[in-house]
Amino acid sequence: MKQSITLGKVTKFMGLGFLSTLKDLFTGKLEKEDLKSFLRKVVVPLASILLFLGLWHLGAKSLYNTEAEFKIEKALNDQGPEAAEAMRECIASGDISCQPNTLPSPAKVWDSYQSLLKDHQIISADKAAFAEKTAALNEKRVAEGKEPIVYTGRPSFVDQIFRSLKTVFAGFLLALLIAVPLGIFIGLSPTLKSAFNWFIQIFKPVSPVVWYLLVFMIVKTLLIDSSEDSSFTISFISVGLCSMWATLVNTAMGVSAVDKDYINVAKVLKLGTFQKIFKVILPSSLPLIFTGLKITMSVGWMVLIAIELLAQSPGLGTFVWEEFQNGANDSNAKIIVAMFVIGIIGFLLDRLMLFVQNSVSFEKTDAI
Amino acid sequence: MAYLELNNISKTYGQGDHATEVLSNINLSIEEGEFVAIVGFTGSGKTTLVNLINGLLEPTSGEVLFKGKPVSGTSHERGVIFQNYSLLPWLTVEQNVLMAVKEAFPKREKAVYKRKAAHYIDMVGLTPAINKLPRELSGGMRQRVAVARALSMKPDMIIMDEPLGALDALTRGTLQDQILNIWGKDKRTALLITNDVDEGIYMADRIIPLKPGPRATLGPEFNIDIERPRDKTEMNDNESYKKTRNAIIEYLMDIGNERKSEATEEYELPDLTPKDFVYQFK
Repeated sequence: MKQSITLGKVTKFMGLGFLSTLKDLFTGKLEKEDLKSFLRKVVVPLASILLFLGLWHLGAKSLYNTEAEFKIEKALNDQGPEAAEAMRECIASGDISCQPNTLPSPAKVWDSYQSLLKDHQIISADKAAFAEKTAALNEKRVAEGKEPIVYTGRPSFVDQIFRSLKTVFAGFLLALLIAVPLGIFIGLSPTLKSAFNWFIQIFKPVSPVVWYLLVFMIVKTLLIDSSEDSSFTISFISVGLCSMWATLVNTAMGVSAVDKDYINVAKVLKLGTFQKIFKVILPSSLPLIFTGLKITMSVGWMVLIAIELLAQSPGLGTFVWEEFQNGANDSNAKIIVAMFVIGIIGFLLDRLMLFVQNSVSFEKTDAI
Repeated sequence: MAYLELNNISKTYGQGDHATEVLSNINLSIEEGEFVAIVGFTGSGKTTLVNLINGLLEPTSGEVLFKGKPVSGTSHERGVIFQNYSLLPWLTVEQNVLMAVKEAFPKREKAVYKRKAAHYIDMVGLTPAINKLPRELSGGMRQRVAVARALSMKPDMIIMDEPLGALDALTRGTLQDQILNIWGKDKRTALLITNDVDEGIYMADRIIPLKPGPRATLGPEFNIDIERPRDKTEMNDNESYKKTRNAIIEYLMDIGNERKSEATEEYELPDLTPKDFVYQFK
């Protein structure tokens, strides 16, 4: 008896549950189901990640070799066999000066990630020391009515992430404040709908770069007297304007497509306009509004990088651009680190929106 | 004067060549405290008729008089129970009823509203489910919430549009009794639209068949003089019940057949003989 159970467990663990006896199948059916979902939910994603890393590693290696051979070839053609031999040795020794500039391998990206974290720790420590050093002086300056001295050193990678998040949230809030009320009005009134339709259709597909330029033209003039850096203002407004269309269209659609039954209920109960909008129309269109907001959030995060890059507003976009211009040995690896950070944060933002949606909406949406 | 009067009502959807006259020449009068049932096939314009009476639609011609005044728009005096419950899915049972109570009796204290809502929810026996959302309830329970919501506005007349159409036979029976019970307490005027002749006979004082549309109109009325409270099992042996039931069903069947014969058109079929495929495989 004991033996058969052990056998069953072993076979099941190996995914060979069909070998176990009929009795084990009956008593252990649930476990088998558990194993299946365990396989699907844990083992399969892990395996695919490993496969991805493996392919990446092999691809990077092959690109590295191609680049290295090209370098050696070039040295041979330009300067002769001795230079080629020197180049080969230089590359093999891992010297920074002659490394082929190509797609970095996973290991290199991981190293860069570590070095970025270390850099952040150094800068944080530096900042803390600076704050401590200037604390007394700043107090005195504030008391005298002067501006306190602030840390103006280079921002670390982590600082850039938070700056980017700040920009995207400001942009998202702007989109929310413009698109949701406007969408409700457009959805409620067919007249407004036809008045705004051309506007939406034309401005929706405009590229983030053009939005940036447009906002730049306007904000630059508006803030002409201000001595402050307007790059943050410009970039968050651009992000907001660029990403609000999904919310606008979805809100208008959700509001205009409320179930006729609910409208009839509102009429039979004789709800006032205000009550009708807030008690019937809005709750019923919340799922669609949130679908729009989710798209707005992800579009905002996507275009943020391009807009920050153009606006020179501190953040991940500027980080990527600076690393690209920098051309240091580990710049490529740092760009890839930024790519993963951007992707993971985008994913987390999407989950955050889903969480908010499920906590306010009557319809529960499943994660995709 | 009748409590509710429909004078030469007709309703047309669409315009010009696309116009379809759904209801035509409808005359009906209901006295105060009466329970009237209208039976008809699906698609015969029953819901249109209900919406004309409750004020969601306006007749193309003719007039609807309620207590002697023409109906314009909806009113709290006429409570409606919809076919598909129409509960707001994001509100709990209590909130759904509260919404109606608040609209019908403006400017009261919160506790008064709560008490009123609780009273009507208790009336339909849903007190244990007071904080549940509609999707957590069964079909019968949802319809009971709709009944509570309609009653909570203290309407002078209750209009029911196939309220039990989507329910199973057992739940239907219980709910019929519950509705009759509530109706019997204060004898409000009631109009029941249904596609079930037995339900009509069991519940109503008067049954009027609706001839199917387009251009639906009301047929001859049948009075049900079986004493209340009625008992379903006893009713099956009641002679007058059998007679009325047969008469109504015969009437409806006749219209049905008439309608079918109207639809029969002679089509000329092409002269074709099927090809024999069998020899190809021999």
